[in-house]
Amino acid sequence: MIRRVKKRYLALKIESVESFDEEDVKDVVWSAVIQLFGEYGASQVGLFLVQYDRERKEAVLRCSHKALPMVQASIASVTKIRDKPVAMHVLRISGTLRALKKKLNDDLLV
Amino acid sequence: MTKFVDLHLCAPFRNVEQFKKMVTKSFELGYRSVGIPLPPNVELDEVQCLRKICSEAGLDFVSRVDITPKNTQELLANLSRLRRKFEVVSVLCTSKPIARQAAKDRRVDVLSFPVAKPRNRFFDSAEAELASESSSSLEIDMASLLSLEGFLRIRLISSLRREVAIAKSFRVPVVISSGAANDYLLRDPHDYSALAMLFDMDSSLAFKALSEVPLCIVERNRLKLSSDFVAPGLRVVRRRDP
Repeated sequence: MIRRVKKRYLALKIESVESFDEEDVKDVVWSAVIQLFGEYGASQVGLFLVQYDRERKEAVLRCSHKALPMVQASIASVTKIRDKPVAMHVLRISGTLRALKKKLNDDLLV
Repeated sequence: MTKFVDLHLCAPFRNVEQFKKMVTKSFELGYRSVGIPLPPNVELDEVQCLRKICSEAGLDFVSRVDITPKNTQELLANLSRLRRKFEVVSVLCTSKPIARQAAKDRRVDVLSFPVAKPRNRFFDSAEAELASESSSSLEIDMASLLSLEGFLRIRLISSLRREVAIAKSFRVPVVISSGAANDYLLRDPHDYSALAMLFDMDSSLAFKALSEVPLCIVERNRLKLSSDFVAPGLRVVRRRDP
């Protein structure tokens, strides 16, 4: 029997003077994963952008539980989006969206 | 609660606004102590001012000097001149003789190596053995890992992996510092721990390199620099009233 793949949800804060599109954020995280771990590594992370708030510069990503350290390292390695300096910080990590919301204690996730 | 220390925060200390911004950011990211590299001829007033800014931000200020000597004589001269002025002394080892001398000198706290030239990273087993005897630590600046790209980063990760393995086998403490000159290069200690995985450092060792090891260096040196210190294991407990 195939076991269910456990997931992790990460709340991110993007620090930059600029605002970016959802596509930019998605692209930069994928590029960072591919740069650090290659296509084989990227195939294991199961990365998905669940939500993105352009105004607050916050995002929620979903990834495979096993690939969490890879995703964290990739997110930390991001220094630019469209040649603009940025820093991406992981605010919280959780196993479910509901728990993430509880931990963040705000209205980012509706 | 773990007390995280960033022993190499390259905040521009003469630009007060930027300095304040960076130390505040460090505090927000979870650090409780920061080492600020200062020039050897820094004024005491300037140090006091920086200490005040850091304490206002909730951080413990650690004075640090980065020595980049051209030869071993210059290294020894600098060490005897600067050791008692700063809480942390770091040596950038640009040649093998300097690296060897720095590793065996007990006055050196931290050994660092040039990032741009992997051939100039002289941390081998002989170096590690000397460093282990003199309780020097190997420093890894994460800013270089973040700012380099492509082949240079690949070479750096490969060098770091080899150095960490050597350090582990010779029990040389490793310090992970930010080395950040702007706030975009600052990261959370957990992010650094995740990045340390790239050079085969497990998370427990990475957290030690971000907290216990630098804290131990600072505490050891503060004890030595205090007026009560007499010799290792011996300090003044009470003075007779004059």
